[in-house]
Amino acid sequence: MGSLVNYIYILSGALFVLSLKWMNSPVTARRGVFAGEAGMLMAIGGTLIGHHANWEWILAALFIGTAVGVPIAYIMPMTAVPQRTAMSHACGALAAALVGTAEYYQRQPHAGTELVGFVMVALVIETLLGFLTFTGSLMAMGKLQEILPSRPLVYKNQNAINFVLFAIAIGLGVRVIMVPTDTWIFPIFAGLSLVFGVLLILPIGGADMPTVIALLNSYAGLSACAMGFALDNKLLIIAGALDGSSGLILSIIMCKAMNRSFTNVLFGAFGQIQPSKAKGEQRPVRSASAEEAASILEAASSVIIVPGYGLAVAQAQHKIRELFDTLMKRGIDVKFAIHPVAGRMPGHMNVLLAEADIPYDRLIEMDDINGEFAQCDVALVIGANDVTNPGARSDKSSPIFGMPILDVDKAHTVMVIKRSMSPGFAGIDNDLYYMDKTLMLFGDAKAFVSEILKELPAAVR
Amino acid sequence: MPSSLEMGLYVFMLATFVGLEVIRRVSPLLHTPLMSLTNAISAISVVGAILIISNDEATTMSKVLGFVAITAATTNIVSGFLITDRMLKMFKRREEKK
Repeated sequence: MGSLVNYIYILSGALFVLSLKWMNSPVTARRGVFAGEAGMLMAIGGTLIGHHANWEWILAALFIGTAVGVPIAYIMPMTAVPQRTAMSHACGALAAALVGTAEYYQRQPHAGTELVGFVMVALVIETLLGFLTFTGSLMAMGKLQEILPSRPLVYKNQNAINFVLFAIAIGLGVRVIMVPTDTWIFPIFAGLSLVFGVLLILPIGGADMPTVIALLNSYAGLSACAMGFALDNKLLIIAGALDGSSGLILSIIMCKAMNRSFTNVLFGAFGQIQPSKAKGEQRPVRSASAEEAASILEAASSVIIVPGYGLAVAQAQHKIRELFDTLMKRGIDVKFAIHPVAGRMPGHMNVLLAEADIPYDRLIEMDDINGEFAQCDVALVIGANDVTNPGARSDKSSPIFGMPILDVDKAHTVMVIKRSMSPGFAGIDNDLYYMDKTLMLFGDAKAFVSEILKELPAAVR
Repeated sequence: MPSSLEMGLYVFMLATFVGLEVIRRVSPLLHTPLMSLTNAISAISVVGAILIISNDEATTMSKVLGFVAITAATTNIVSGFLITDRMLKMFKRREEKK
């Protein structure tokens, strides 16, 4: 019986790899989800074949989990996807941490024979990562949902305090590994991990969320992986390693897209940096009405729309789709330029625009579209700010100097829909707004696009 | 015969490399669904939780912890796979639409 379970695990592991492989193209992606589901069903079914003592507990938990999970999946609006992702990181990490805790207490009486060396190391890593990812993800969720302030919360000696706390947690972890029978240390160790998760996310601001969510994703995976080592279960190691490497790659991509390092994201408290230019300096901007904007769009032959987090906040994706359809019907070429860190999680903008039925072959990545701005008549920036700031190319004193940006300033005309002139998240003034060819369209993204749409049919007559 | 730690490390190393290679090819277009899919997959810890509960020596405490763990992980599995599919359904090409 035992070997049958192992063969099922091998198949299940293969299905997980295929599942991720099929995610590389939108054409095969849904097959990937199916493979993942099959793999998971086999894993759970296989486990139950060999282990079904206390099955009433297991069934009840499976049932409750399903009853909670199904509504979440169908009710959750697409704009809330970053929060949901953070929440599920929290759930996954909590599961791993609790299993680690239970495992420790269950095997602790046989410390001499079962909790030898590496098993304890794996358990400690599992619970440490699990608990800190749990509270860290809850904090991230709170910030994304704006229950907590999304700006970075900093205080004096923050990094020093975090470091000392982390060092103590590691110290206690090592102590538990050395002397597994000292059960009193474990709760303190777990508590410190929980606190550390909170402290780690406090100084993270909204614009860094894509990186941090990806990093938490990686931690949750590694925690499951450590569980695999503790339980000597290869399937857990495989699935955990796949998840860990996925999170790692995504956070590296996000870091590169901001030209920052991991340490800088985690300890830099982005957004606290004061604007380099004197605040009093008022530079003139040109603003325009919806009517003028409509006639400029009307006259264009190619338009590139640059969406940002502001689009998600204003829930403007469906209005943008109407604008897209209207312009396309007039023979105007409309494309979307997607910056890797636009929004609050990797790929956020793509999902929002896909939800509004915008075909995905119109969503172009930064590197592919940057060459096209020079030939484009109008670049329409909606709710994006720092990712369009030409200062990142030229101004060495700018905090975002060196960050790859969308070359919006090279378009013939630039239009920016923005609520007011207040600087963006990072508190950095955007030179784009003061250029002669830039028109500022002040207002809520959704309302303003509706107004442009109202003007467009009139312009055709 | 290599020890189970050595075997585990081999599996970990190979799975990490496979993961890095496979994920590197995923189009940025699908990064959000990718993340919710890997999320569902990492809820494989449900297997560990089942093993904990079904152990003959399971104490009430480990049953309760395991119970919460299975519930949390199952929530992730179910909502993770379903929402990934819901997102992917929205990605359409123009040809299909018109």
